[in-house]
Amino acid sequence: MNDSKQPSMTLTTLLENFEEAKPSYNSAEAINEANRCLYCYDAPCMEACPTGIDIPSFIKKIASGNLKGSAKTIMTANPVGASCARVCPTEELCEGACVLNHSTSPIMIGDLQRYATDWAIKNEQLLFQQGEKHDKRIAIIGSGPAGLSAARELALLGYHVVIYEAKEEAGGLDTFGIVPFRLPKEISLWEVDQVSRLGVEICTGVEVGKDISPQELLDNHDAVILAIGMSKVPMLGIEGEQLAGVYDAIELVERTKTYGVADEFVDKRVAVIGAGNTAVDGATTSVRLGAKNVKILYRRTVEEMSAYDFEYEFAKQDGVEFRWLTAPKRLIGDEHGRVTKLECIEMELIEEKVGGRKRPVEVKDSSFMMDVDIVVKAIGQTRYRSLIEEFQLVHHDGVVRVNQETYQTSNPKVFAAGDVIFGKGQGEAMVVSAAQQGKETAYAIHRSIKPSKTETA
Amino acid sequence: MADLRINFAGIKSPNPYWLASAPPTNTGYQVQRAFEAGWGGAVWKTLGDPVLNVTSRFGAHHFNGQRVAGFNNIELISDRPIEENLKEIYETKKRFPDRAIIASIMVEPKQAKWHEIVKRVQAVGVDGFELNLGCPHGMSERGMGSAVGQQPDLVEKSTMWAKEAAEVPVITKLTPNITDITATARAAEQGGADAISMINTINSLVGVDLDTWNTIPNVNGKGAHGGYCGPAVKPIALNMIGESARNPHITIPISGIGGVSTWQDTVEFMLMGAGGVQICTAAMHHGFRIIEDLVDGLNNYLDDKGIVSVSDIVGRSVERYTDWSNLDLNHKIVARINTDVCINCNKCHIACEDTSHQCIDMLQDKHGIEYLEVREEDCVGCNLCSIVCPVDGAIDMVEAERLETPMSWNERQTAIQMLEQNIVNS
Repeated sequence: MNDSKQPSMTLTTLLENFEEAKPSYNSAEAINEANRCLYCYDAPCMEACPTGIDIPSFIKKIASGNLKGSAKTIMTANPVGASCARVCPTEELCEGACVLNHSTSPIMIGDLQRYATDWAIKNEQLLFQQGEKHDKRIAIIGSGPAGLSAARELALLGYHVVIYEAKEEAGGLDTFGIVPFRLPKEISLWEVDQVSRLGVEICTGVEVGKDISPQELLDNHDAVILAIGMSKVPMLGIEGEQLAGVYDAIELVERTKTYGVADEFVDKRVAVIGAGNTAVDGATTSVRLGAKNVKILYRRTVEEMSAYDFEYEFAKQDGVEFRWLTAPKRLIGDEHGRVTKLECIEMELIEEKVGGRKRPVEVKDSSFMMDVDIVVKAIGQTRYRSLIEEFQLVHHDGVVRVNQETYQTSNPKVFAAGDVIFGKGQGEAMVVSAAQQGKETAYAIHRSIKPSKTETA
Repeated sequence: MADLRINFAGIKSPNPYWLASAPPTNTGYQVQRAFEAGWGGAVWKTLGDPVLNVTSRFGAHHFNGQRVAGFNNIELISDRPIEENLKEIYETKKRFPDRAIIASIMVEPKQAKWHEIVKRVQAVGVDGFELNLGCPHGMSERGMGSAVGQQPDLVEKSTMWAKEAAEVPVITKLTPNITDITATARAAEQGGADAISMINTINSLVGVDLDTWNTIPNVNGKGAHGGYCGPAVKPIALNMIGESARNPHITIPISGIGGVSTWQDTVEFMLMGAGGVQICTAAMHHGFRIIEDLVDGLNNYLDDKGIVSVSDIVGRSVERYTDWSNLDLNHKIVARINTDVCINCNKCHIACEDTSHQCIDMLQDKHGIEYLEVREEDCVGCNLCSIVCPVDGAIDMVEAERLETPMSWNERQTAIQMLEQNIVNS
């Protein structure tokens, strides 16, 4: 059995495991890579970026030593550009579109973007100035990529913007939901700071629906943006789920970003259920917490897995094992109520009659036992349905319906962007898409409610 | 294995590569290290009356992340006692009798001075002299170096005076800081030079520091112009060599200097009339070991071309270098883009659109695939697109259909004149 790569076990060294995994470019590396860029005209990388960053321009500015200009070019198009430099599936976006794929190797755009934004962070740059103020007020619920981006654009346009954030710190998914060794919290908090320094009021620890009612927001603002993202991992719906040692992957990541590391995973055998990016996060976090062996269980195969290729590679490099066509049936605990075994069953994929995705079905009499100390659930995310319903918005299983162009919901005063509109054939799940939706929502609001000069005249 | 030996104006060398007179040839230790590495000859750092040097001395022009596109120095001639230099020249020649050692010398433009230095250096045994009439900084302010090299009469006289005392070949080294180098090249020949060498460095200021606003390099907050060399000056040197080589009044051999960094540069210089080359900056950038590839690459090139001796290529391109007025006005080439090789960076499009003749279209085929195409009827065949193209083979410059017989500007003017004459006569 291939045990996961064994990191050291003291808390201090565990902490080191959570430092950013990939080193930043040094200046020579950055300049070499920047000079390799062809500076294409009508560049396909730019086209492939959901936020439309002027990539050749920011790279040229790195080459010329104009790092402030470079960071500003990035952050102008993408208010969470420092986070995206780390979490974007660049090989599927900008780097995948680089013309050098056809001759040598693509420019490492993500690494260059990180270099330029890291410079801005280290040198405490304030890249933007608040726009000329007027009296229009916007409330944004959620301070993740979509909410933050909308806030930034609206602030530049002179709006009075208040963000309501249920958690104690802002930044949403970028702050809490992405493993710290890929995206350290400070990066996201810098992006939050850039926005708050534009005069955006960020009310953390305020839960809309509990601390303040939707109606109050609607009454006091010209528009409300719902950018609440998604919630916890759903229940597996199997026996033993309440046992000690069963974790929610999202909560696990959030805990390591909020409270640091604990030694509860040291030397443990971990099974992660699911094979999306969150499952990889759960698995690699477990490895870095000192787990002895980490397996990812997925009821389909590598073909259907939704984790990005680079996430899959990352997990493999961390020594995570993959058990395809394996589904959990039952969790079994000891006398202290701690999980000790996971009953699994083998699956096979059945071709659906009317096309579509292959359906996994249990292979008869194939169940087997797996010794486990910890089970991490990562089978997707639930929705904040109750808040959506309090706003009385039309939704499909918690996916808020919007006009694809205006991001307007069934309530014309309420707009929605980010993960809250992702799913059921609508939207994209990437941070970079959420950022773009936030921007577009801001522009749509500006078009719809900002009185034009002719009207006010 | 091609024969790389040269006999340059009577100076024999196992290969055409000499170290130019410069910091790399400052001491016997250095020249012997160079000879151990395989250099064919060395022009010793200029000997003359003692000088004092300053710090700092060098500056470089870096480009797009590449170091040393060009190089600049304000170092003067040898600041070591002449006796030491002579002793080391003697020792080095004794240890490497098959290599060429040429003494670079510089004195004031006075007959007695030239006689004295030539005789003194000659006594230890050198294969030739190179008269430094080109150093553009410091020495020129004292009436030497390029101050002499910029005046054809002084070039002729200095050469003559050196020749009067010299028993070995004399090469006159010329400055490029002059309007027409063939004037001083002819003067050197008239003075009896056995050969000329070119180019010395070009007057230059390599940069200004953005934070201190000091010159680069600077000496305690002040700077003075230096001499520019390295890869950036190669085209300037190549032109001056070509212009001299094709001048019917210049018949003596030319030693090619100026930005030679590779065996390819060497081939180009020799095709354009250089009987051998001198190298400095490339060695200063990478060390003497570059000689290995310089020799090996040249040898393989000659073998591939079936050329027996490197001397066979000397001057072979000279007849193709002419005046603009002799170029064929009716020759047409156009750019053609190979879409299967093209990677669609669109650099050719924007270069042509913004700065040339607006003839490259960005198009889409019926499947929506983007491609670039040249409107050949509007293409002037300027080469810009193929110059900016980052992919070999993506753009070919091809000959367009010839519609008229070749005719140069000179031929055209002659024809017009004849026509007018006929009209007058008739």
